[in-house]
Amino acid sequence: MKIQDQFAALRTKGEKGLVLFITAGDPSLEALPDIAEALQEAGADILEIGVPFTDPIADGPVIQASSQRALDRGVTPSQVMDTVGELSLDIPVVLMGYFNPAHRVGLSEYARLMAAAGVSGSIMCDLIPEEAGEWIEASTAAEVDTVFLAAPTSTLERQRVVCEVSTGFVYAVSRTGVTGVGAEVAQSTEGLVTSLRGFTDVPICVGFGISQPDHVRSVCEYADGAIIGSWLVDRLARDWEDAASRSALLREVKALKEATKG
Amino acid sequence: MAETVIPSRFGEFGGRYVPETLVPALDELTAAFGEAWEDSEFQAEFRGLLRDYVGRPTPLTEAPRLSEETGYLVSIKREDLNHTGAHKINNALGQVLLAKRMGKTRIIAETGAGQHGVATATICAKMGLKCVVYMGEEDTERQRLNVFRMKLLGAEVRPVSSGTKTLKDALNEAMRDWVTNVEDTHYVIGTAAGPHPYPFMVRQFHTVIGEETRAQYLERHGVLPDVGVACVGGGSNAIGFFHAFVPDESVRLYGVEAGGDGVATGRHAAPLSAGRPGVLHGSYSYLMQDDEGQILATASVSAGLDYPGVGAEHSYLKDIGRVTYLPAADEEVLEAFRWLSEKEGLIPAFESAHAFAVLRHGLWEPGTRVVVNLSGRGDKDMERASQILSL
Repeated sequence: MKIQDQFAALRTKGEKGLVLFITAGDPSLEALPDIAEALQEAGADILEIGVPFTDPIADGPVIQASSQRALDRGVTPSQVMDTVGELSLDIPVVLMGYFNPAHRVGLSEYARLMAAAGVSGSIMCDLIPEEAGEWIEASTAAEVDTVFLAAPTSTLERQRVVCEVSTGFVYAVSRTGVTGVGAEVAQSTEGLVTSLRGFTDVPICVGFGISQPDHVRSVCEYADGAIIGSWLVDRLARDWEDAASRSALLREVKALKEATKG
Repeated sequence: MAETVIPSRFGEFGGRYVPETLVPALDELTAAFGEAWEDSEFQAEFRGLLRDYVGRPTPLTEAPRLSEETGYLVSIKREDLNHTGAHKINNALGQVLLAKRMGKTRIIAETGAGQHGVATATICAKMGLKCVVYMGEEDTERQRLNVFRMKLLGAEVRPVSSGTKTLKDALNEAMRDWVTNVEDTHYVIGTAAGPHPYPFMVRQFHTVIGEETRAQYLERHGVLPDVGVACVGGGSNAIGFFHAFVPDESVRLYGVEAGGDGVATGRHAAPLSAGRPGVLHGSYSYLMQDDEGQILATASVSAGLDYPGVGAEHSYLKDIGRVTYLPAADEEVLEAFRWLSEKEGLIPAFESAHAFAVLRHGLWEPGTRVVVNLSGRGDKDMERASQILSL
C-alpha cells in the first residue's frame, strides 16, 4: 500500500495515523511476521521496520540495545529485506536505518530491493537532503517514498528543503536529541508542524519521545500522525515471548490507536 | 580580508552525513571558523598560546643512531614535547578558543588513547569551561593514567560500554550528546574525520606541524627532505604534518596505519590499506566494513589508532596517489617502540611508534632524507608496555 493512500483512507475515516517502529531481529527475525501482523491488527496504520546498524548515532539507549541484540543474533540487512519481502500486510511498510548499508549495496540496487520487498518508503537517520540527490533519484525510479526529518533546530530555509524532497510524509522530530521515551511532547512541536505546513501538502508525523495515549492525542490535534518507537521496542523485547504479557501489550497499542481518533 | 573557502569535500570524500538536528550547528561552526581563521585577533591569541602555553615551535631533532642503522638521514619532528605530550593540543586549543568565541559554555570530546581527552580537559581547565570526555570502556582500562589525568584536570570522563567499547563508540556517544545539547555545547572532535567542517578545520589547527618542520628542515639542511612519515588513525597528526609538503612534489609522503595482528588476519585498523569507501561518523571516507555495510571491529595495540574510519582528506590523498599508506603490525611496532627508546632516548607513544616501524621496511635508497613525525610521547603507555615487554 502507498503511504499517501493510507493517509487518504485515514482522512476519510476522520482519523490520524499511528506509526509504529520495531527493530527487525529483536526479539527475533523469525518473530517479525507475527509481530507485524499483530501490530496491524491492534491498529498500526504504518509500520516502520528498523534495519539494525553497528553505529546508530541518532538512537538512544533503548533502540541501540535492541539493534545490538539483533546484530548479536547475526541479523543482516539482506536477511531483513528477505523477511520483509515475505510479509503480507495491508498497511504500508517503511524501512528505517542508516545510510552505509544502502551505500554498500549500491543505491539503485537497494531501492530496487526495497520495492521488490513491497516496501513503500525509507527513512535514513543520517542522510540530509543536501547529500541525498542520488538516493532520491534511485528511490523515485523504484517508486519508493523518501521521508526526511525536520528538527526543532531546522531553519525555515531547511524546513523548506526537507519538505521539498519528502514524499509519503515528513518526519517532524519533537526535540533535539536521540530517540527515546519522554515524559511529555515539547510544546514547540506544534509550531514546527505548523511551519512545515507552509512548505508542503504531504502529511506530517511527529516522533521522538512519544509513548502514551495522551502524547498521541495531543500530537494528533495538529499533526497527521504520531510515531512510537522506543517504548514499543522495549516492550516487545520484554513481553512478546510471553502470551499474557503480549496480550496486555497489544491492548495498550489498541489504546494508542484509539487516541488517534479524536 | 581574504575569505577562507572551506571545502565540504576532498574530491569525492567528506560531506555531511548527520541527523538533521546538527546541520544548523555545523553551518554555524563553519561560518564561525571561517571568520575566526581570518581574524588577526583570533590568530594572535591562538599563535600566542601555542608559543607560551603549548611550547611551540617544537624542535626538529636529528637521529644519528637511527641513521647509522638504517642508512637514511633521519630527523624527528618532536610533537611529543608539546604540553600534555602530543600534537592533539594544537586542535584542542583552536577549537576551544573558537567555542568560547561562539558563546558555547560546555565542551564535549571523544578520546581513544586519552591524549585528545587530556588536551581538551587541559584547555577547558585553563579557560574555565565545563568538559565531558567520552571514552570507550576498553580504552579507559588500557589508558588508565590518562583517565586519571583528565579527572585531575576537572573533566568528567564517561566510559562508553556500547558496541566495541573503543574509539568509534566514544564518537557515537559524543555525537548523541551533541545532538541532545547542541544549543550550549561544542563538540571538539579530536581527529581529522567527522562531518564538514571538521576535517578541514582540524587540519588547519594542525598545519603548524608541517609548516614548522618544513622551515626547520630547510634552514638546517638547505634542502627539503625526500620522505615524510606519520602514523594515521583518524589522521590528525599526519594531515597537519603532510599539508605543508603536499605541493612539494619531490617529497614522498607515507602514512602508517595500525596493522594489528597483520592485515591478512582481518584483525587490524587499516581502512586505507584494506577498506572500502563508505559513511561513518558524518563523512564519506575509507572504512572497515563488511559486505553489507556494517562497521567492523578493529584491533590494534594502540588505542589511538584503533578506529575503523579515517579522515576524508587522507582518502583523497590516497586515491590521487599523493600519499602512500601502508600498515605496521603490532609486533614490529613494539620492536620500534623499544628501538627508538634504546637508540635515541625517545620513548614514543604506541601510535607514533607505527611511523618508526616502517624505517625498517627497506623502502628507500641509502642516504634518503627522512623526517618522521613523533606525534606523542609514551608515558601513557608505560603500564601496558611493562605488561607486554620483558626487559
